[in-house]
Amino acid sequence: MGRVSTSATDHSPPHAGFAFILKKALLSAFVALVLFSLMIGIRTEAGPTGQLTYWTRFDELAITVAIVFVGSIVIELVRRWLGPSGASELVPARVQNGLAASGRYVAPALLIFTLLVPVIFYRQRYILDLGVLVLTYVMLGWGLNVVVGLAGLLDLGYVAFYAVGAYSYALFATTFGLSFWICLPIAGILASLWGVMLGFPVLRLRGDYLAIVTLAFGEIIRLVIVNWQSLTGGPNGISSIPRPTLFGIPLTPGPNGFAAKLGIAFDPTHRLVFLFYIILAMALITNWVTIRLRGLPIGRAWEALREDEVACRALGINTTTTKLTAFATGALFGGFAGAFFATRQGFISPESFTFQESALVLAIVVLGGMGSQLGVALAALAMIGGFELFRGLEQYRMLVFGMAMVLLMIWRPRGLIGHRAPTVYLKQAHAISSDLVKEGHG
Amino acid sequence: MSGSDHILSVDALTMRFGGIVAVNELSFGAERREITALIGPNGAGKTTVFNCITGFYKPTGGTMRLASASGEIALERLNDFRISKLAKVARTFQNIRLFPGMTVLENLMVAQHNTLMRASGLTFLGLFGVPSWRAAEKRAIEHATFWLNRIGLYDRADDAAGNLAYGDQRRLEIARAMCTEPTLLCLDEPAAGLNARESAALSELLLSIRAEQGTSILLIEHDMSVVMEISDHVVVMDYGVKIAEGAPHEVRDDPRVIAAYLGADEQEAIAVMESDT
Repeated sequence: MGRVSTSATDHSPPHAGFAFILKKALLSAFVALVLFSLMIGIRTEAGPTGQLTYWTRFDELAITVAIVFVGSIVIELVRRWLGPSGASELVPARVQNGLAASGRYVAPALLIFTLLVPVIFYRQRYILDLGVLVLTYVMLGWGLNVVVGLAGLLDLGYVAFYAVGAYSYALFATTFGLSFWICLPIAGILASLWGVMLGFPVLRLRGDYLAIVTLAFGEIIRLVIVNWQSLTGGPNGISSIPRPTLFGIPLTPGPNGFAAKLGIAFDPTHRLVFLFYIILAMALITNWVTIRLRGLPIGRAWEALREDEVACRALGINTTTTKLTAFATGALFGGFAGAFFATRQGFISPESFTFQESALVLAIVVLGGMGSQLGVALAALAMIGGFELFRGLEQYRMLVFGMAMVLLMIWRPRGLIGHRAPTVYLKQAHAISSDLVKEGHG
Repeated sequence: MSGSDHILSVDALTMRFGGIVAVNELSFGAERREITALIGPNGAGKTTVFNCITGFYKPTGGTMRLASASGEIALERLNDFRISKLAKVARTFQNIRLFPGMTVLENLMVAQHNTLMRASGLTFLGLFGVPSWRAAEKRAIEHATFWLNRIGLYDRADDAAGNLAYGDQRRLEIARAMCTEPTLLCLDEPAAGLNARESAALSELLLSIRAEQGTSILLIEHDMSVVMEISDHVVVMDYGVKIAEGAPHEVRDDPRVIAAYLGADEQEAIAVMESDT
């Protein structure tokens, strides 16, 4: 909009431009007057005997309208001063090109930094804890990315697989006393089976319909967990879930503990660092597998499915198994992350698996740029880390965070990393502009 | 309809949508290694026939037999992706359906999905980069490169398919269909939207596919210059039924065909033709 209005006034003489600004400001002020006359202008309250009392606050109303009027003029002047190209001018082309070029070094740098986090922040438990949390969401994001980003199947119930993974581990570990490393694959496989079970009924659904059914599926799993008291403990959850061991050595203070065996003093941070490296390894395996899969026929079929399902069928691709494998693979990673979540917390309850989690993971994938591994990692860091960063703002935290997201989506509508890297090339791999890449419709 | 070496024999094919009969008792054959054109005015039911042959619709009645190396295949019993996978029938679409966000090369790689899937041991061998998978992938790239050279898009291999010019997209779609190594190639209006020079190049490409790959071609086309130039056999449809069939020059002079195209009745058409000559 900004682009249109400013370029239109560029050709007109200056006084016409001033008239335009004034007109716009007056219009904004009028809208503000209508809106705020009831919201600010009249204050109502219940009186001492329950009757309605009200009084007018015209001075406050006048101030608000004046702020809107002046603000509108200032915004328009600033926009004019910045030049005609509006939004893109906020980030100069040079910086954008620089970002694209440095993209190659961001991933290795980020990886090295992540590996060193426990060394650098060894004394800061808070940062380590946050790191573990961010990495859990990175892994979830990468898992969901297979379904949403690559195969283009909008899944709003991803948390279901996270829950299945977490409860599988918790139940197997507390009932049969199996160790984390045995339960991890079981949790993954069970989640993956649920992925296939969800996949079957939704095969024919696309777009919004698919989103609704997956949303319902996520809720069903949560409600079953809440109500199946005898198995899952209902709303009370499952507690005292065993912690992971290092080749059978627990990271506990006792004589058989890790610290005692090494002959060093016990420190609870050891376990945190251990958890950090477990989730880092799990996330990196997820990433490696996804990158490999993209270059394999199945991954290419996922992306082709996102681009055009009808054309896939005409080329002899079994779209049913292709969709199911996408759901199963995404769910597998979700299940792994769930098992890790259970072992990290030591306690799980249905409250951890609400729709909010699905929405958060989906937001990470969308914000990162659907299909981009690095983008998803950066988005998880921004969403989880950034949210913590604004903790100091207290009640304004959500406001600031929401505004940051809106601005980001205006600046980069297709996510932090919107372009797509080809999986195979003859001479040179060119990034493909996001304008051409489809989002998928089911 | 002289030879008996039909690659495709359609017999009494009927397709109804509710009360509407889109195709009614249509029978025709497509000779092996020949180009058969299916023509007719808009709404004649040509694309419906295509959708039946390529498994996108399940016909209400009739049979479609495809002669393959391993015997006859009843296409009406196969559905969906199996027609391409098992019967080796490939198709293109009236409104181009490429994978626009993937590169030209990737489009051709997706077409070799089934071969590559087997080579990658259903993904598991491929995940660990087993040498046999790497070799298969290399072969697939070579196969794609061969077709890129054939359609003259070798230099654009790494560009997004959505960035290609319209004519190039048309040819890429044909190359993508050919990458599935079909025995029968069905083209739905391949010359639509092409200029005269591009149509001529397309005719040349189709003739060379027939000559070199020995692929039989079934083609829907409105561009009569293309139809007359390259087809060996023409089937004319109107209102879901076959109204004429034969060599291009026979069909061209058939009063029923002219009547169908001009929207006039037969007597008028004959009158027009007679006054012409």
